[in-house]
Amino acid sequence: MKIQLIINGYKKELEVRPDEYLLDTLRNYNYLSVKRGCDSSSCGVCTVLLDGSPIASCSYLSIKASGHEITTAEGIQKEAAQISTYFGNEGADQCGFCNPALALTVYAMKRELSNPTDEEIRDYLVGNLCRCSGYVGQQRAIRAYLEDTL
Amino acid sequence: MKINNYHKVNTLDEAYALITGNKSSSIIAGGAWLKFSKKTIEDAIDLSNLNLDKIVEAEETFEIGCMTTLRNVEKNQSLQNFYDGIIVKSISEIMGIQIRNIATIGGTVAGRYGFSDLIPVLLVLDTKLLFYKKGTITLEEFLNLKGFNSDILIKIIINKKIGKAKFISMRKTSNDFSVINVAVLKNDKECKIAVGARPNGAIFAKKAMEYINNFKTYNKEVIDECASITSKEISFGSNSRASKEYRVELCRVLVKRGLQEVL
Repeated sequence: MKIQLIINGYKKELEVRPDEYLLDTLRNYNYLSVKRGCDSSSCGVCTVLLDGSPIASCSYLSIKASGHEITTAEGIQKEAAQISTYFGNEGADQCGFCNPALALTVYAMKRELSNPTDEEIRDYLVGNLCRCSGYVGQQRAIRAYLEDTL
Repeated sequence: MKINNYHKVNTLDEAYALITGNKSSSIIAGGAWLKFSKKTIEDAIDLSNLNLDKIVEAEETFEIGCMTTLRNVEKNQSLQNFYDGIIVKSISEIMGIQIRNIATIGGTVAGRYGFSDLIPVLLVLDTKLLFYKKGTITLEEFLNLKGFNSDILIKIIINKKIGKAKFISMRKTSNDFSVINVAVLKNDKECKIAVGARPNGAIFAKKAMEYINNFKTYNKEVIDECASITSKEISFGSNSRASKEYRVELCRVLVKRGLQEVL
């Protein structure tokens, strides 16, 4: 089946199966910042933005996304690089596998919440697991990023 | 899970014809839990085009369209203030935002998932469900119906009656499913207790409710006894998250804490 998506600002017509998940579609079309982790909606490394809101692409049918806007880390390279600098400064990044999804979620959070508290930041990011650096450094980095850019 | 045909329908009639035309057809709500199913769906029916994702606040009810995402329920200002935000609290602990932006309230209710945090809360709130053909029935009636899958859940209707309510869940990590969850409510007429993630679906603790509703004032002994009755009357099971015995003990403690908050 053919679906129409706007991916990172560009109209795309893609061929998908009815039971294909957005994670597979995006990776098949070389949006490789979208990672496969748990493949069961728990870890968040497959996060993309659907019309600006974070979703787990491993659990969202591609065909349901037809007609909608998808943003991957490739679509926010400037912001992702800026956020990553803060992660680096705070030692909040080791292997980097979760980084694109985390940057996307922070990007979405900044647009959705005005001046979030530390608790609101933790709640927003509870679906983004990090397997190596831990969360305290991330929290410091995100707080610094928000304070410098809001 | 395998899907052979996918239909984004434009009318409820079209959806109803598909759902009744083939036993292996199924409505796809958010689709968040689809991949845990092993079944083959011949005709998947998507209701996204039917404008069923609105929350309408009337004088005596909230009417929530079946395709409203859990995240949009969670962000609704009126629901944040209703019964101390019990609905929002139960939803905001469900996994991460990435899933709550996908999962819908209709899919959560119609799926009758045992792990649901929302269903016990909706039970104590006297929730009614509007189906396309069957009309309005209570959530409790729906949960007790067997083999009911050939209709379309349109909206969830929540009574705005005021009172105090508490939702408590126990989970191993913050984005895991609950080991057990409890909803307790007290309004001017009665006290209600529902227990979910047993690991089977949520049910009322009817004997405990009958017991507590005999009292006008509630001392420590009454609350302890009510919690004890609940843990004895509800049937529990074991799964990878917890044993039956652990759930029995947790149930007693959580119901007691809930009652202490609302009475």
